[in-house]
Amino acid sequence: MSRFEQQVLAEALEIVKLYPERKSATIPLCHLAQSMDGYLAKDAIEHIAELTGTTSAEVYGTASFYDMIQLRPVGKYVVGVCTNIACMLQGGYELLEEAESTFGAAVGETSSDGLFTVEEVECLATCDRAPCLHVNYRYFGPLNAEGVAKLKEDLVSGHLSNEVPIHGVLSRVKRYAPELIPMDEIDDLRVRDDASKAERAAAQRSGNA
Amino acid sequence: MPKQVGKIVLARRELENSYELDVYLSSGGYEGLRKALSMNPEEVTAQVVESNILGRGGAGFEAGRKWSMLKSATRRYLVVNGDESEPATFKDHFLIENDPNQLVEGTIIAAYAIGASRAFIFLRGEFALGLERVQEAINGAYKIGALGRNIFGSTFSLDVVLHPGAGAYICGEETALLESLEGKRGFPRIKPPYFPAVIGLYGEPTIVNNVETVSNLPWIVANGGGAFKSLGEGRSTGTRIFALSGQVKNPGLYELEMVKTSFRDLIFSEELGGGLREGRTLKAVIPGGVSAPWITPEQIDLPLGQDEVAKAGSMLGSGSIIAMDDSTCMVRAAWRISRFFMRESCGQCTPCREGSSWIEKVMARIEAGSGREEDLDLLMDLCDNIVPGVSWPPAQTTICVLGPSIPSSVAVGIRMFRDEFLTHIKEGGCPFD
Repeated sequence: MSRFEQQVLAEALEIVKLYPERKSATIPLCHLAQSMDGYLAKDAIEHIAELTGTTSAEVYGTASFYDMIQLRPVGKYVVGVCTNIACMLQGGYELLEEAESTFGAAVGETSSDGLFTVEEVECLATCDRAPCLHVNYRYFGPLNAEGVAKLKEDLVSGHLSNEVPIHGVLSRVKRYAPELIPMDEIDDLRVRDDASKAERAAAQRSGNA
Repeated sequence: MPKQVGKIVLARRELENSYELDVYLSSGGYEGLRKALSMNPEEVTAQVVESNILGRGGAGFEAGRKWSMLKSATRRYLVVNGDESEPATFKDHFLIENDPNQLVEGTIIAAYAIGASRAFIFLRGEFALGLERVQEAINGAYKIGALGRNIFGSTFSLDVVLHPGAGAYICGEETALLESLEGKRGFPRIKPPYFPAVIGLYGEPTIVNNVETVSNLPWIVANGGGAFKSLGEGRSTGTRIFALSGQVKNPGLYELEMVKTSFRDLIFSEELGGGLREGRTLKAVIPGGVSAPWITPEQIDLPLGQDEVAKAGSMLGSGSIIAMDDSTCMVRAAWRISRFFMRESCGQCTPCREGSSWIEKVMARIEAGSGREEDLDLLMDLCDNIVPGVSWPPAQTTICVLGPSIPSSVAVGIRMFRDEFLTHIKEGGCPFD
């Protein structure tokens, strides 16, 4: 699949405009692509390269470095269980096992119904709720076996459709602001301010002399 | 009994919907920026220098001094580092989600002080709700005239752009963060230049400040650097958020005056950590994120101050404290930390890339019961190849400090709990299983 569709393309073009150099938009556009497909599809890589003035190889090179960018299809929900030290001390590995059996997928795999992909992740900065996990980057914890079962039930029944949105962490991030101010305008103003300040200081010095 | 101070950076934690602009404005929001704009940028910097606030990211460099190192140039950037990923550190995540307006106001103040052409707030990509809330706060700032042209009627204009990361611990390192912001892999840059203040984003002078540091600025400007400095002691001024986790009754965030509280108070005091679970005793404490060497129960009367912990051979780092009780297998703890560094090494430098992976494999086999006695020497030798002499502060063989953090748990774990390592080897398994 897929290049950016019309509406997403409009968003993508807005994002590109936020940066002095287009290549900076690479990662935000990868997130945007994941909001369409759940992962970074080959056509999306090519489209991002066009939009950022780079090549597919460069986009792939950047994307493949980062844990959040999926390079193959994933389930509707990506479940990331933290096993890092703070969670491990409170049963992170037991939670991971529970998640694998409840969601029906081993680490790195997707359940046969295509609903859940399970991952083992590093610290989610939610350590006061250890052991914790995320579902499409929404956090749940502390969780025990019953908690995981309830979570699955709520996800499947749609009870959590508001709390747990679709893939792509930018799906609900909308910038409402005027067009960016050209940086030259800001720089010129500051340079003028600095110059007048220097003049005033010089005048003060000669006045004191 | 230490009193829990929550009066500066966590002042709004008890307010309902503390993330909303209305709540922010009715609780002193944007007074700091208004005051800053009535001063000139040098005066704002002078207040921050006077406050002596040490950077809250982990390295603890004086924020004011960092600003004054900014190379004079027409184009310059401010980048706020919200890539919080040091294991057991969860303070920035809270500030981002619960007081995003404070973060945005602090960002505008810092940008004014350093004369930034544009400011970027780099948030860890995993903070999905945080991204929404900070963007809302930015949108709100434009609406009330705190961003855009002629902020609050002054001659100062600024845009703030929110940038999402995509999951890489190494991007917390400021030069890796800038590479990532430029759309590349998060590879730390070769030093020198040591500071982005000389060559930073797109090759221009750039200041990178941590979320908690920036979130303190509205208060510092509104109340004066002297008021901040009057809290704490010595070089560790003001209050700081300590993130307590592990096997304590009340894990959580505690904003405390620096130096005035000890590790013991934080972990055991009823109004703070509340102590360990029933019948358990303390075995070791990680004092400042997993990059910090462990300290023993005998050392927990140390005060929560940067220089004080440094003198004891560790570091306060990101201010995250992990308490481990006697049910914890220290081999397993050290193994899990080594596994983290193996997964997060960016792969540029041989000692870190190879060392972290070798150490993880040897640690895993000891924990699994197939270790050999000579493995302990092998592990120390591997640590020595990353940090010559396995010294602290660590000698550096790599581009950034991720590599030197690897021995903190493994070498110190072996030194502190050698018998426990040997029991794993002799009994052919983990005695805690």
